[in-house]
Amino acid sequence: MTLWQIIIAASIAVLALKLAGYLVPPAVLAKPTPSRIADLLTVALLAALIAVQTLGSGQALALDARIPAVIVAAGLFAIKTPFIVVVIVAALVAAGLRALT
Amino acid sequence: MTSAPVTEPASHPLDETHQQRLALREGLAVGLATAAYGVSFGALSVAAGLDIWQTSFISIVMFSGGSQFALIGVLAAGGVGAGPAAIASAALLGVRNGIYGMRTAPIVGSGLWKRLAAGWITIDESTAVALAQPTASSRRVGFWVTGLAVFIGWNATTLLGALIGDALGDTRAYGLDAAAAAAFVGLLWPRLKRMQAVAVAVAAAVVAATLTPVLMPGLPVLVAALVAVVVGVFNWLGGPALPGAASARKGLRS
Repeated sequence: MTLWQIIIAASIAVLALKLAGYLVPPAVLAKPTPSRIADLLTVALLAALIAVQTLGSGQALALDARIPAVIVAAGLFAIKTPFIVVVIVAALVAAGLRALT
Repeated sequence: MTSAPVTEPASHPLDETHQQRLALREGLAVGLATAAYGVSFGALSVAAGLDIWQTSFISIVMFSGGSQFALIGVLAAGGVGAGPAAIASAALLGVRNGIYGMRTAPIVGSGLWKRLAAGWITIDESTAVALAQPTASSRRVGFWVTGLAVFIGWNATTLLGALIGDALGDTRAYGLDAAAAAAFVGLLWPRLKRMQAVAVAVAAAVVAATLTPVLMPGLPVLVAALVAVVVGVFNWLGGPALPGAASARKGLRS
């Protein structure tokens, strides 16, 4: 697969899922299990992505400046700091630590 | 106006206009706030190896923050070889938009083109603002204004971020890899209100980290998603919402 093919396939898949919501009869939502799984699926995927993005280095685990940056980010989100500010501070923490070491 | 189901008591016209104006203001505010982090997506996408065209294509067609960050995150770790896993991660994160569509369909009303446009902009923000409004017409205003404001802002700032990322060069030295992880923390944070969600998040993170050295890039994230399916089917830890939410929050602060 080329990069473009991956991008187009993923984009169409996500768009199709959005449109599918308008075709499904609302009765499906009345059942708690599908919507609970969808909610938890989002949580699990995001948490897994955080773990891989923070600790992964290709196919190995690496402990580096990303860990303190993510801990700082979590602390800032806990005190309701705006998203863009947290993202910038996290980048600065990692960049700063790398510049020092 | 014409296709709105008459679900609430006939309200005063002035009051109705007032509610619509409030919905409009809220939609624009959310649009501005969301647009701000389109910059981080643009920069991170370029850092992951995509060009400016590819980055903008994703923001226009896919148009869903979580899925977009997931796609470039997996591609950054595994390259083109991790393509299928990257597509699957983005699609699975997009499932919730389908659920939102079931809720927003009655707000939007019928008509093929209207529904196509509405589906395109059915995301966390437009759904949340729409469902928070008190009347049928303000829900409709909230949905369209938020969706369009985020769409325009997000795409403009994605392009800006891609241009900045392109100019930066070595993105690791600027901590952009840590910024990507922080962005995911920000998307996850508002969802951790219940004990069940916190437990799923911790378990999924442990599974993904443990499997990273064993499986090819992208797959650990997909295997971790099974945690959600198992916990969701059996509804483990899915007790009453309020006590769970309180203890979850306390647990996070400590």
